Amino acid sequence: MCLGIPGEIIELLTGQPDLARVSVSGVKRAINIGLLSEEDLQPGDWILIHVGFALSKIDEAEAKAAMEFLEGIGLAYEEEIAALRESRID
Amino acid sequence: MRFVDEYRDADKAQVLAAQIAGLCEPGRHYKFMEVCGGHTHTIYKHGLEDYLPENITLVHGPGCPVCVIPMGRVDDAIHIASQPDVIMTSFGDMMRVPGGNGSFLDANAAGADIRMVYSPLDALKIARDNPSKRVVFMAIGFETTAPSTAMTVLRAAAEGMENFSIFCNHVTIIPAVKAILDSPDLRLDGFIGPGHVSTVIGCRPYDFIASQYGKPLVVAGFEPLDILQSIYMILLQLKEGRCEIENQYARVVPWDGNHKALQVISETMELRPYFEWRGLGVISHSALRVRESYATFDAERLFALPGVRVADPKACQCGEVLKGVLKPWECKVFGTACTPETPIGTCMVSSEGACAAYYNFGRFTRTRVEQAVKGAIS
Ligand code: SF4
Repeated sequence: MCLGIPGEIIELLTGQPDLARVSVSGVKRAINIGLLSEEDLQPGDWILIHVGFALSKIDEAEAKAAMEFLEGIGLAYEEEIAALRESRID
Repeated sequence: MRFVDEYRDADKAQVLAAQIAGLCEPGRHYKFMEVCGGHTHTIYKHGLEDYLPENITLVHGPGCPVCVIPMGRVDDAIHIASQPDVIMTSFGDMMRVPGGNGSFLDANAAGADIRMVYSPLDALKIARDNPSKRVVFMAIGFETTAPSTAMTVLRAAAEGMENFSIFCNHVTIIPAVKAILDSPDLRLDGFIGPGHVSTVIGCRPYDFIASQYGKPLVVAGFEPLDILQSIYMILLQLKEGRCEIENQYARVVPWDGNHKALQVISETMELRPYFEWRGLGVISHSALRVRESYATFDAERLFALPGVRVADPKACQCGEVLKGVLKPWECKVFGTACTPETPIGTCMVSSEGACAAYYNFGRFTRTRVEQAVKGAIS
């Protein structure tokens, strides 16, 4: 649960407060971006996601590095992605 | 033979390792604590200790939120889950954590409805979908997860939900670090500061570590090179006679943290006068509870809790491991009675726990533990 996973914002879900559709390792899920309301997030921006919430904005290079690292750590990451797949917050 | 995992930057790591060795004063022994369980995980996954000179010891800190939940709180959560019409929801990491009367998994087997969720928002969704049930979210974690819980409570309030509450077990990192600094058992030379907690709280709250305790702290990222670089930065401070808070992970961690996150925490939660940490005992002002103004979302107010303090099993030495006094394999039951499948202590449950990190990376099978212990004695 402590892993921060990078994701790319695909679209802002205007009808729903604070939600954006985000691609995480190919999995597309609604993620809450309310904690970054000061950042003016746009599609194409990368964020670090933690239990369904975007916690910080990151650049693409950081996102790539973090992703490679996470894929390398194996089981804990797979469990996190599996849990994310099950998540339906919208 | 210890082994080192290969990873993409292994040669850069060698270069950093040489620089680190160059900064060490001959004859001096250094002890650095990595506060965060995510760092512990990286250190063992990549065998980073093998890159460090013998006179640097890395000590694992208390920054694994699952590991510090005391048995009594698990029992309280199971008590809530056993009430009529309750659905308890929890992060997967909590499911195996043993309480005095078993874990969430055991409670499920006995008929309770405890469901794994990825996000507190999933718990809220379950509440929306099950209006006749009372849905409780087992909220755990440091400042990294507390904002997500806070946002969920605010969402529930905005929607006027009446069947959703949280069992708040959020803890705060600063009092735990202070407790360790005040503990007589341990002399530390510096800290590798937690990465993701710091995205929320920023770097300023650590100032007292430098100004009052005279120890450097470097907030670090989670890749092997991040950790080696932060060790280098700590050593450089020591060599130059400085003692400061530095941010190696500035590409993710803003110096001032995340205002919005801090604001939603303080809107919905307040510090408890005290809270028991597994292994560390009772620490004052070290955890959060739901504010009076959100009382209808507070499971502690809605359910009568036994609130019994349960002593850790005698065999368990998680407290020493969490304080960094013992290495996981020095615990008597490590890898024998206590394994990830049958954990006795919490440090073996979460993948961020020091014992699980040691165990999972294959460095210590039963025989290797025996060899290691023999090696340590001789
Ligand atoms: S081996 Fe088990 S009981 Fe011993 S410190 Fe680790 S988790 Fe605790």
